[in-house]
Amino acid sequence: MRVITYRDALREALREEMLANPDVFLLGEDIGVYGAPFKVTKGLLEEFGPHRVVETPISESAIVGVAAGAAACGLRPVAEISYMDFLGIAMDQILSNVSKIHYISNGLFRQPLVIRSAYGAGGRSGAYHSQSLEALFAHIPGLYVAMPSTPHDAKGMLKAAIRDDNPVLFLEHKLLYGVKGPVPEEEYLVPLGKAEVRREGQDITLVASGMMVSKALRAAARLEEEGVDADVIDLRTVKPLDVETVVASVKKTGRLLVTHEGHQICGVGAEVAAIVSKEAFGYLDGPIERVCVPDNPIPLSPPMEDYCLPSEDRLAEVALAMVIPAQRR
Amino acid sequence: MGVIKSDALSMYRWMVLTRRFEEKVVALYKQRGSAEMPHSSIGQEAVGVGVCYGLRRDDWVLPSLRTRAAFLVRGISCRHQMAAVFGKDTPQAGGKNTSHHMGDPNLGLMVGGGIVGGGIAVGVGAGLACKYRNSGAVSVVFFGDGASNRGDFHEALNLAGVLKLPVVFVIENNQYAMSTPLSRSTACRRLCDRSASYGFPGAQVDGNDVLAVHEAAQEAVDRARQDSIPTLLECVTYRWRGHSERDVDTPYRTVEEVEQWKLRCPIKRLHNQLLAWGCSERELETIDESCCAEVEDAAAYMDSAPYPSPESAAAGVYVGA
Repeated sequence: MRVITYRDALREALREEMLANPDVFLLGEDIGVYGAPFKVTKGLLEEFGPHRVVETPISESAIVGVAAGAAACGLRPVAEISYMDFLGIAMDQILSNVSKIHYISNGLFRQPLVIRSAYGAGGRSGAYHSQSLEALFAHIPGLYVAMPSTPHDAKGMLKAAIRDDNPVLFLEHKLLYGVKGPVPEEEYLVPLGKAEVRREGQDITLVASGMMVSKALRAAARLEEEGVDADVIDLRTVKPLDVETVVASVKKTGRLLVTHEGHQICGVGAEVAAIVSKEAFGYLDGPIERVCVPDNPIPLSPPMEDYCLPSEDRLAEVALAMVIPAQRR
Repeated sequence: MGVIKSDALSMYRWMVLTRRFEEKVVALYKQRGSAEMPHSSIGQEAVGVGVCYGLRRDDWVLPSLRTRAAFLVRGISCRHQMAAVFGKDTPQAGGKNTSHHMGDPNLGLMVGGGIVGGGIAVGVGAGLACKYRNSGAVSVVFFGDGASNRGDFHEALNLAGVLKLPVVFVIENNQYAMSTPLSRSTACRRLCDRSASYGFPGAQVDGNDVLAVHEAAQEAVDRARQDSIPTLLECVTYRWRGHSERDVDTPYRTVEEVEQWKLRCPIKRLHNQLLAWGCSERELETIDESCCAEVEDAAAYMDSAPYPSPESAAAGVYVGA
């Protein structure tokens, strides 16, 4: 199978959906000749023209609000908000319009739109360009939140998101854009709301999202050397959350470690932990652990930033301690 | 003036219907309370009627929380609106939304939300959809003087101006944002002058002269439809009652001021104009009687309409789920 970058996979998804459906159009800042800050839209203006690749001024609130209005009229906008840190500007449009229109209109209107946004730390981008705020948006009824971790999923999930009549916040970790992976040539979709078991094991369940999936897999390789075998589950979407896959795994392993880049406090891991502690209570051999980001903004300086982010060392250390009691290690 | 008498009579009826409906809502609210806190448009009827009369079915209208007339003119029945005020089941809201934010895609009525100024960009999005589809349809968005101070107003109008979208922005300037008078909320003198920042025309009109409102609105609608250029149309008017029925004494304005504006009642004004054009008092009385009957019918309908089931609160959040 051919191997392409996460960025190219996203561009293919956009292009294919724009070719297939004339109602799909893009809007956002710098998405034209510049190709957008992470180059996902490069070439699309030249191919589709300004009618379908609509460049906007710096106005995140209007970008999302206009997308909401266009979607309510039956078009299928894909809005780009360059960095998820800027979603705060558009927060009311997401909270009051995008997420509520279908419900409060008693189903007469829909919001078949996608908001694509780059998130995540490790890129030395500081507190205003590194945030992982998926938990804030998962808390809002009416909004789906997607976090693909591979080029394959990026393409399949973006196509699915564009075709979905629900509004989807589509989060792309900025350090994943250059990562390569196998992506089929033929048409495929990855349904939203289905987690993927990336690795199977008996001893512990590691649940991860986005950038943390590859770190969890590398930690699992280290654990294997210590005789500990891990299930690694890629959540893929925070909303809908695939509870069944996680619960089934914990019923097998008896141990759960959740890791994400969002802050630990009131993060997605808290939701996963609460669900599992109820659904698999009798199967747990010990407390659920979360390895996430502390309750501070992401600082700029490299050693400080690295300190904040869950590393594969830390994952392996915590997982090992959960499986092998201290006195036997 | 290009308006023919039959159009003027129709606009008269719409204003009277709006007035009688709003009066009934207040009366029922005082008797028994309501699910929805009434925000009366009494006194402002000419703005919604003058702007919406004559629009195409496929044009989009996004009313403000106080543009009762827009819902009536676009075609939502008194029955459904009255039922929604009292939280009863309706096709447009299902108990989930207020009567003054309902939408109906078959009537070109965009659903609204409860954030002042939050819908302006949505109205611009509808304008973008009209241009995208090359349908010739336009989008008309209503909001108040207070909403025009929101950051979202600026972003939305700027985007409409730079993308050249077929939108008519209607400011229902009733000179108060709840208790804050215009002089203390806005540093610029005429709200329509703000359009200069966005590169498109603005106009101010007497919002209590429904024929003047209609003429100005038609000009703006034509500009949007033919040239895809927006307009900021400021209609100066006044609300007779408080911001809502919680705001009864309106301590921020004088009784004299309210009485002065009541003398400029938009309905009385057109009433007198119609008499001058040869209509009879009896003809106009008949219109009032028929409106009262329609409103009474709506109240009776509301009384016997059921509430939606409690469990329906959890349904309809996601499509297909």
